[in-house]
Amino acid sequence: MTARAFPHRHLLGIAQLSRDDIVTVLDLAETFIEISERPIKRVPTLRGRTVINLFMEPSTRTRMSFEIAGKRLSADVVTLSASGSSADKGETLIDTARNLEAMRPDAIVLRHASSGAPQMLARWLERAIVNAGDGQHEHPTQALLDCLTIRKRKGRFEDLVVTIVGDVAHSRVARSNILALGKLGARVRVAAPRTLLPAGIETLGVEVYDALAPALEGADVVMALRLQKERMTAGLLPNTREYSRTFGLSARKLAAAKPDAIVMHPGPINRGVEIEPDVADGPRSVILEQVTHGVAVRMAVLYLLVGPSPAEGAAAGA
Amino acid sequence: MRALHVRRGRVLDPASNTDRELDVVLSEGRIVALGAGLAAPAGAEEIDARGMLVVPGLIDLHAHLREPGEEYKEDIASASASAAAGGFAAVCAMPNTTPVNDTRAVTELILERARAVAGVRVYPIGAITRGLEGQALSEMAELREAGCVAVSDDGKCVASAGLMRRALEYARTFGLPVIQHAEDPTLSLGGSMNESVSSTRAGLRGQPHEAESTIVARDIALVERTGARYHVAHVSTQASVWLVREAKRRGLPVTCEVTPHHLTLTDEACLGYDTLTKCNPPLREAADVEALREALADGTIDAVATDHAPHTPVEKDLEFDHAASGIVGFETALPLVLALVASSRLTLAQAIERLTAGPARVLGLPGGTLAAGAPADVTIVDLERAFTPRADTLRSKSKNSPFLGRAFCGRAMLTIVGGTIVFDGRAEPAA
Repeated sequence: MTARAFPHRHLLGIAQLSRDDIVTVLDLAETFIEISERPIKRVPTLRGRTVINLFMEPSTRTRMSFEIAGKRLSADVVTLSASGSSADKGETLIDTARNLEAMRPDAIVLRHASSGAPQMLARWLERAIVNAGDGQHEHPTQALLDCLTIRKRKGRFEDLVVTIVGDVAHSRVARSNILALGKLGARVRVAAPRTLLPAGIETLGVEVYDALAPALEGADVVMALRLQKERMTAGLLPNTREYSRTFGLSARKLAAAKPDAIVMHPGPINRGVEIEPDVADGPRSVILEQVTHGVAVRMAVLYLLVGPSPAEGAAAGA
Repeated sequence: MRALHVRRGRVLDPASNTDRELDVVLSEGRIVALGAGLAAPAGAEEIDARGMLVVPGLIDLHAHLREPGEEYKEDIASASASAAAGGFAAVCAMPNTTPVNDTRAVTELILERARAVAGVRVYPIGAITRGLEGQALSEMAELREAGCVAVSDDGKCVASAGLMRRALEYARTFGLPVIQHAEDPTLSLGGSMNESVSSTRAGLRGQPHEAESTIVARDIALVERTGARYHVAHVSTQASVWLVREAKRRGLPVTCEVTPHHLTLTDEACLGYDTLTKCNPPLREAADVEALREALADGTIDAVATDHAPHTPVEKDLEFDHAASGIVGFETALPLVLALVASSRLTLAQAIERLTAGPARVLGLPGGTLAAGAPADVTIVDLERAFTPRADTLRSKSKNSPFLGRAFCGRAMLTIVGGTIVFDGRAEPAA
């Protein structure tokens, strides 16, 4: 492994990364994909390192992906799932975090319902903090795995048209992807009913569309976002039927995209709401590839943040 | 009580259009004489004010003293010490205590405690609705008799238009101004910062500025019908300022105040998730700050009020969306306003007027002037004094200020209430 050039102690968001930092992660992740294809899916790189996954919001795929990533690098991985806000639980986030730090982990991977929670941890603690999704703010490893998937399929980012469809207002996945794809040189479009677009989104360098058809015109990549049921109860949409009719991805609507356009979704998918089953399972879909790449990207992130320093590697004769 | 002879300071009293070097003599709780080279009354204590600014004691229309009920955050004694150190001679106490100040007994308790502390003057503000619940009117006649100077449900908006109409009518009956915390809860939805591209970047739920301005517009329409005295607490948006300016132009009895933090910071301060920047109304955008500064200068905004809101780390060291809203303001208000003078956004006379005669006029309070016969409330300011607020030097029990560590120029050196010195910073090292 070459000496790492990743000038960050934490992965808090895509906002803090440069284009080169993102490419560093993607390059390293690409080399890690192969480890997961081996019969013995484990390398000793992070032997003796401890990673705590602190998941304070329900998650299946991201939690398991981080666990598997740590284990494939031989780290000791401990996962603590605690739902509910710190306030409900009686112990504050700062107290939880300080207790975990006292056990001397090398990294804490945090999933939290409050935007900014990983930033607070990074202020309070000495450990490497990895943001595994904070509120409606960022989900940087999801964006990185999405970028890896796009790069493997398309070979480049420059001049690619990426259309993000759906609940951008409440989506940390959308925020991280808008930032990452912008830095990598892609053209990002967003399409959603106005009730699901956040204030000032157009100033973040994206093109905003009220209708799906023109947003899909000539797209290389189409990314559907999950639609939460709460959006109906909050009065942002009349019902899922109208949503799927106007902004759900169907094979018919996707005909406007480029013939080789790929379809992505961060999961879990609501079949028949934001994406039709024949699209989710169809030839354009790379949804399961995204999941595979998630493990590789998280291995790369853990390696870059808590892996052996170049000096350490040399001393061990690696 | 010894008489005080304040000698040769630059006396700036906007209420009487005075700005020159004069002596001021205070005796028996009153300002008894104002003039050049006055003879000292027998036995008077001399205060050398050369090179200093002598102004009426500052008046704060909006503060949370936390007593009764949340004395771990602040009490009337610590609030008084903090206010005095900031140059305030009088503060208005919002009713969101525990219990709520919605009855004579609570008003009397607050006044009793303030008398015992014998620091700054405390003017209680009673609740508009019982328990601040927005349902039934409080006993405003009794509150007035007990000493309340206004009513407000501050912290909560009187959201119901029908209830607000009745509150304005009923309060007018007893000569009580109605102070509105303008925030339509169906628009703000508990958002923890301003809704803008900054909230989009931070991924925090934002409150749109229309949550404030739609209530101000509605209330002004109700003032037109009821003729009641209406005051908007902590205006924070450009549109609110436009609405108040237009209402004043039409001669309606409408006034408003602004906080020093809304005059100084924008919502970009929230991007780092520093919960010390969380306040309600939230910090707004640059165009709002600009509009507020203009409105303060042109008199659309009558007063600078602190919204002094003490919270401890128990409430602040939490995730941004769970942290309490509020900023302590007594000890940084004058330095922040003087910073606007230094950057030529206000004249010095305007700045002092909005902290003295302006707030006195809004609620009809005594003081706010140095005219002979006025209460002997005087603040002496050193405009050159270097001042850096720090957690260990703030008098408030709570330290929740985003301005800690900021270097200021100018602060209160001496605060006199009713002829008694309640703060004397002359021996403190400049910092």
